[in-house]
Amino acid sequence: MNSSSNLQRVLESGEFAVTGEVGPPMGSEAEAVKAKAKILQGCCDAYNVTDNQTAVVRMSSIAASAILLSEGLEPVMQMVCRDRNRIAIQSDILGAAALGIKNCLCLSGDHQSFGAAGKLHGHPGAKNVYDIDSIQLLSVLRDLRDEGKQQGGDAVSGPPEMFIGAAWTPLGDPVDFRVIRLGKKVAAGAQFIQTQSIFDVNGFAKQMKIVRQEGLHEKAFIMAGIIVPKSAGMLKYMNKNVAGVKVPEELIKRMEQASDRKEEGLKVTVELIEQVRQIEGVRGVHIQAIEAEGLIPEIVKRANLLPRPAAGDVN
Amino acid sequence: MIVAKAKDINEIADKLAGYGKILVAGCATCVAECMAGGEKETAITASALRMALKLRGNQAEVNEITAERQCEWELIEEIATQVNEAEIVVSLACGVGVACMSERFEPKPIIPGVNTVFLGHREKAGLWMERCAACGDCTVDRTGGICPVARCAKSLQNGPCGGSNDGKCEIDPDVDCAWHLIIERLKAMGKLENLKENTPPKNWATSRDGGPRKVVIEDVEE
Repeated sequence: MNSSSNLQRVLESGEFAVTGEVGPPMGSEAEAVKAKAKILQGCCDAYNVTDNQTAVVRMSSIAASAILLSEGLEPVMQMVCRDRNRIAIQSDILGAAALGIKNCLCLSGDHQSFGAAGKLHGHPGAKNVYDIDSIQLLSVLRDLRDEGKQQGGDAVSGPPEMFIGAAWTPLGDPVDFRVIRLGKKVAAGAQFIQTQSIFDVNGFAKQMKIVRQEGLHEKAFIMAGIIVPKSAGMLKYMNKNVAGVKVPEELIKRMEQASDRKEEGLKVTVELIEQVRQIEGVRGVHIQAIEAEGLIPEIVKRANLLPRPAAGDVN
Repeated sequence: MIVAKAKDINEIADKLAGYGKILVAGCATCVAECMAGGEKETAITASALRMALKLRGNQAEVNEITAERQCEWELIEEIATQVNEAEIVVSLACGVGVACMSERFEPKPIIPGVNTVFLGHREKAGLWMERCAACGDCTVDRTGGICPVARCAKSLQNGPCGGSNDGKCEIDPDVDCAWHLIIERLKAMGKLENLKENTPPKNWATSRDGGPRKVVIEDVEE
């Protein structure tokens, strides 16, 4: 089923799509979201809004998504299963759709013991929910939209129009199960996929080959996740601590030896975008510049992905 | 079995201020197996409490007794005399034992001396592991006997999430990823196909979420 999502239209038109990410503030200041919106306007087709990422309390994904909408940006509302049961999840999806949100990325969510990987207190004593998991969330959302039916069986009076997305960790452990898991997500209703950040392009390409053999690239739009490297230290940290992220040694060395780290980080990012773009079945990129959203416009420009197709101009 | 863990002795001593006659009551079944509240631990707890109370200037009399089980009315009765003589009882049974003792000896205070932690087994000497969450709807036939409700930090039904690393869970590198174990087990059984089909949302009404549970067998019920 179609939604009126701009991201969906860009992907369906065959354009190489670009999404970015906006982390809501740890407070109620709408201005912080608006300021990020101003920086990012026009450089992506849609913007992911994280849902209490790393289990740290931030402005809700729905509210920050609504603020982006009011600024003329299309949000991809992220929704995690950690904090809501199926009642709250469905209610929030209906509310988000009523506010005009057209994309929803369904995630398990980081465990509450995370607390920003120990950098903040977080809420390790919180009770987690996990009433349903991310795959079940996909099917619940699909049934709300396509069957007009709640998970419990009751009818939905106005089904939510949503373009449904899921995350994929192609090089996660156990690696030989990851394509099967992607297939489960597609079967559950995922229409677009944003991957965990790719540094090991060869490893990713191997997984994509299996994806093509399974025909999954024709059932969902796969967008490769790209994280802008800031330093060799950051890459080492991610290599060691972030599940499913493998950073080739030469990339770490390259960042170590760079005289201008920021410039090198931009170069690496643009090269990664160009490399993943060559892989058959990769239909776009999802660019994350954590706490450095200002870099995204320059990256998209250097990758020759500007201008973005204006909403309504596609097809 | 039910696995419990001894509470800090000072936490118990804090709750005993003002009492002159204290009974430490052990339980010889599950908590004895997990070395938290059997006869031996009851003796150790009683002497540690005597010392802790003495240090606080409390000259209370601390006695000890171990019931065969504190969750069976008949076996509770066997220690009734000692319980009746005490002003307060520190029960080293699991939460079920504390509840039964509190009901039987109302209004006498029965306070917990252990924390009841999970349903599990002894993996090896000194190590007990959680294996069941008593969700009321067992489906481990699908997952090679490994329960994702009890053993996955997110109780995922269609795992693993993106957080597993080298077979370990994102919450702690010492915790096995349940879904990694499930996948390996099913591979060994030649049943990995089990996981290709999506598992629909679970009915948690049979779990604690449905409210306090009971089991009735009608032809046996009096």
